Amino acid sequence: MWRYFVPAAVFLALGGVFAFTLMRIDSGKLDVREIQSPLIGKPAPAFSLPSVLEPSRLVDSRSLAGKSYAFNVWGTWCGGCREEHAALIAISRTSGVPIIGLDWKDERPQAQAWLAQLGNPYTEVISDAEGRTAIDWGVYGAPETFLVSPAGIIVEKFIGPLTEAVWQQKFAPHIKAGVAQ
Amino acid sequence: MNRWIAAAVLCLAAVSAGAIDTEAAFQDAALQGRYEHLTNELRCLVCQNQTVADSNAGLAADLRRQVKEMIAAGKTDDDIKRFMTDRYGDFVLYDPPLSARTVLLWAAPVLLLILTLGAAARQIIRRSKADIGPDPEESA
Repeated sequence: MWRYFVPAAVFLALGGVFAFTLMRIDSGKLDVREIQSPLIGKPAPAFSLPSVLEPSRLVDSRSLAGKSYAFNVWGTWCGGCREEHAALIAISRTSGVPIIGLDWKDERPQAQAWLAQLGNPYTEVISDAEGRTAIDWGVYGAPETFLVSPAGIIVEKFIGPLTEAVWQQKFAPHIKAGVAQ
Repeated sequence: MNRWIAAAVLCLAAVSAGAIDTEAAFQDAALQGRYEHLTNELRCLVCQNQTVADSNAGLAADLRRQVKEMIAAGKTDDDIKRFMTDRYGDFVLYDPPLSARTVLLWAAPVLLLILTLGAAARQIIRRSKADIGPDPEESA
């Protein structure tokens, strides 16, 4: 009896675990591709990159010290970035924190055209044509959005197209709590 | 027969044409060896089941450049791996380090081996105690 029951029970238990996990993926509760960033709780990586709109001007991360800011990685080649753009504009009007845009591995004329056409939600947009700053920030797929506290610590990261609902749920509480004021 | 040989040769040619790094990163064989070893050990995070050496994604190319520059700058393999895990976490390594989170992953093969050996030993002892022939239950 046992020799039939035990394998069947193991099989059913495994099947149950697989079905449960697949259902969580299906309903969007679990994203198996998402990687927890080791940078959360760590100082935001420094950068010094040219502005997309005024290429001769360098924007240095030291100029942002003492303030909270959102750091949004995008590119004109990125479909999810187009998807989130309207939400970024809405957030830039209501959230009270500046949004810094990192234009990742992109062509400057195309980025400028994108901002002229779709609107510019960014306080500063900087060009990372070589992708070095993106590597420092552990970016692996745009769009990605970080929240940096006034102390210069990364307190939140979201991967994928940002929405106002996600902002309210994941980012706004940090700002309210004063961690990122 | 000849047709099959031709097909096999074409397949092999296609495989080599698919190689991503067409030029060696280093003239020095030892440095090139380290470069190949490291890029094959790092996971491409955009295309998650490929290595950085295998992938032609933009990020993989950037990470190959990063590895090449760090080797040229005299960094050790550990320095380069730490650079990557500081930014991307252990997931970037195909050979994850032993930690509280990965202990089950590392222990599982040993545990399974012990369990299987235990089960096998039990079976052998049981059969050797029965003095005749095959397991009656098995042949039933």
